[in-house]
Amino acid sequence: MQGLERILGEHRLFAGLGQQFLELAAGCAKNVRFDPDEYLFHADDPADWIYLVRHGRVALEVTTPHQGAIRFETVGEGEVVGLTWLLPPYRWGYDARATELTRALALDARCLRDKCEADHDLGYEILKRFLPVLVQRLRATRLQMLDVYSPGR
Amino acid sequence: MLPRPVRVRKRTRDLPGTVTLELEPTDGMPLPSYAPGQFTMLYVFGVGEIPVSISGDASDGSRLVQTIRSVGAVSEAVTKLLPNDVLGLRGPFGTAWPTSELAGQDVVVVAGGLGLAPLRPSIYHLLANREQFGKVVLLYGTRSPDEILYRRQLETWRKRLDIQLEVTVDHAGADWRGHVGVVTKLIPRLSIDVQHATALVCGPEIMMRFGAAALCDLGLPEQSVWLSLERNMKCAVGLCGHCQFAGLFACKDGAVVRYDQVRRLLAMTEI
Amino acid sequence: MAIGCSHIRRPRALSQIKDGSGFRGHSRDMYEDTKSAGSARREPEPGPDPRHGSPAVIGLDGLAALIAALRAQNFRLLGPTRRDDAIVYDDIGSIDDLPAGWTDEQDGGHYRLRRRDDEALFGYAVGPHAWKRFLHPPLLTLFRAERDAGGMRVTTDPPPPERLAFLAVRSCELHAIAIQDRVFLGGPHVDPHYQARRDSAFIVAVNCGQAGGTCFCVSMDTGPRARSGYDLALTELLDGEHRFLLEIGSERGAALLAEIPHRDATPTDLAQSDAAAAHAAANMGRAMQADGVRDLLLNNLQHKRWDEVAARCLSCGNCTQVCPTCFCTSVSDHNDLATGAAERTRRWDSCFTMDFSYIHGGSVRASPKSRYRQWMTHKLANWFDQFGTSGCVGCGRCITWCPVGIDITEEVRAISGDTPEDAHART
Repeated sequence: MQGLERILGEHRLFAGLGQQFLELAAGCAKNVRFDPDEYLFHADDPADWIYLVRHGRVALEVTTPHQGAIRFETVGEGEVVGLTWLLPPYRWGYDARATELTRALALDARCLRDKCEADHDLGYEILKRFLPVLVQRLRATRLQMLDVYSPGR
Repeated sequence: MLPRPVRVRKRTRDLPGTVTLELEPTDGMPLPSYAPGQFTMLYVFGVGEIPVSISGDASDGSRLVQTIRSVGAVSEAVTKLLPNDVLGLRGPFGTAWPTSELAGQDVVVVAGGLGLAPLRPSIYHLLANREQFGKVVLLYGTRSPDEILYRRQLETWRKRLDIQLEVTVDHAGADWRGHVGVVTKLIPRLSIDVQHATALVCGPEIMMRFGAAALCDLGLPEQSVWLSLERNMKCAVGLCGHCQFAGLFACKDGAVVRYDQVRRLLAMTEI
Repeated sequence: MAIGCSHIRRPRALSQIKDGSGFRGHSRDMYEDTKSAGSARREPEPGPDPRHGSPAVIGLDGLAALIAALRAQNFRLLGPTRRDDAIVYDDIGSIDDLPAGWTDEQDGGHYRLRRRDDEALFGYAVGPHAWKRFLHPPLLTLFRAERDAGGMRVTTDPPPPERLAFLAVRSCELHAIAIQDRVFLGGPHVDPHYQARRDSAFIVAVNCGQAGGTCFCVSMDTGPRARSGYDLALTELLDGEHRFLLEIGSERGAALLAEIPHRDATPTDLAQSDAAAAHAAANMGRAMQADGVRDLLLNNLQHKRWDEVAARCLSCGNCTQVCPTCFCTSVSDHNDLATGAAERTRRWDSCFTMDFSYIHGGSVRASPKSRYRQWMTHKLANWFDQFGTSGCVGCGRCITWCPVGIDITEEVRAISGDTPEDAHART
């Protein structure tokens, strides 16, 4: 358990979270590893896990009928795969696949949600950390949407 | 200022619609020397003239290397020129990247799409004089893996042990193992000495705006971030009025400008 | 042909537009800086220099002799003449070509000639022409290119042999010429076409005795009295004998005066000349609060007034054509199918055109609103950052020749929130 707390506390996203909250969150955590091209999850799967990437790279993809899988984002060390766990109905909207050997800390989303309900202070700390990630992703997505490299821009 | 006839010595097709030309004089006189970031006006006989980035090594006076993308009638004509074809050259014009003043600094080069071309002379300088600088970081973003400019050269640079080079694409197929996402996403992860760092940013204007903002969020002062503007140019010497961006003439007060001077203007529409 | 690197400049430090306090103050004596700009242009002394001689007086015969003397020296003499119901600048053969007994009636979008009840030769304000049409030609061939064995040969025309003389240049126009001098001669790149025409130009100024309906030179401190930049300056005096006070601005002017019949000016002559200037100054058709205009506009680039004026503006570009300081040009490439030669020409352009700011994919300033804003902020604000002075000389042409009568002084007032009464009270 103590090892997981330490690893959690070292991850960029949880830096500065108090010891007490780290303990609570670590109670939902486990170490996971993915081989290259191994899927973390598929679209429409229940969003039951949050992955804090410690090493490696995860590609977020959607599949299209004619073009196969299109990667629209990669998530690397120190970043997090999984924001959908915050919103009902808690279903992934895309696939996630490791592009290289990837180690991550997986947090049980249901476990964490329950603990946040029970302890609102923990809940606030968690949300405070995930919201900036959400906003950054939104900004980045908007920029991607603008297709800035096409000649008309 | 009249165009001077120069000849295409070599033509390289970088990408569909993007070509790099190596130019040599026809009159036996030396080529003009230039500073990284400057551009020339290339004239195609009877068709017209356009501003084109100089993308070569400024310390190599034996050739003038320029990269052009076909986006209109004149640029298309330039990209269709073949070795031994003659065109007209005026210049070089414009302001330069502050490359010669970066000794001791960490340097971050952020390039988007074709923006890598006007930055390449600076990159050559940084790599050839590596010991003068602190950390050297090159971030390159483009739309997809088959739109990576100077790909082989990027791969060669990547092998160096003394620079950090990250390439990202807006989207990719499943066979791309690298970063996917906007180039600005790579900025918050940088570990540099922000008080002693300078950033050179070039690419589509939206990308430069968000890139510069991200660099300042990281902690770089606005005066340490440089951009390269693009505007309609006809005379390239500040006399025809077309390239004005508020009070700046992009051809003589730019194209390279400092972010603090243009930040407010960039955010406004139709300036 | 230029070989070797052109002057490599550091990106120029502009003042922060936000606080607007950093712009370079401009010298009201606009010739101050052009002296140090290193141009080949002949430098005038500010004000009539007593070394050249004290003021003289000439009659109509003297003026006729002046015209003849200039033509005898092979100057191409250009001056005001009546044509197409307007007073325009064209070749002057004799004093009879001047529009004696005519005046103009000007207002927003309105220009009419009216008969005077005297025979004044210069009793009107400025018309649709500006002197820039001779110094900065509307159409010019830049070069010819031909294919040859070596690849391509580029040739250019020799400079024009004629020397220009301008008759009846008003004070606002002298300032406009000085402003264009800074644009074309004062920067790192000199325009050789302008220089070739400007260097030898002989200028006979005229001091206005009455203001035009859209004039506001007093607001812009560009008149009505000509202070410098001329070889000779005339003030028409109608009280008593029809005569002209003549002030000398250069040695060339003094030499020309020596060739024509004249007498010394008397205190009466001088008093009448002062009275004429005072009369003109007191009757300006418009006024603009010139101090602080730069900051006002640059701090209000998103003011709703721009939408309001955009609803009226036709983007016709008349204002840019008649404005004596507008200088934008464009280039075109033509091929001669018969000879196989290519030619590049330069012509006047206007920032109001749709493709003025075109870069691949579209124009930066696509909306008429942005183009009107560009013109006005360039003229009244950005010009300070670029050239150290305002771009506006208060001649009022843009107001007169706008088909819908958009009034630049009113636009400034609207943005600053002033009422018309406030503005007049200040000037």
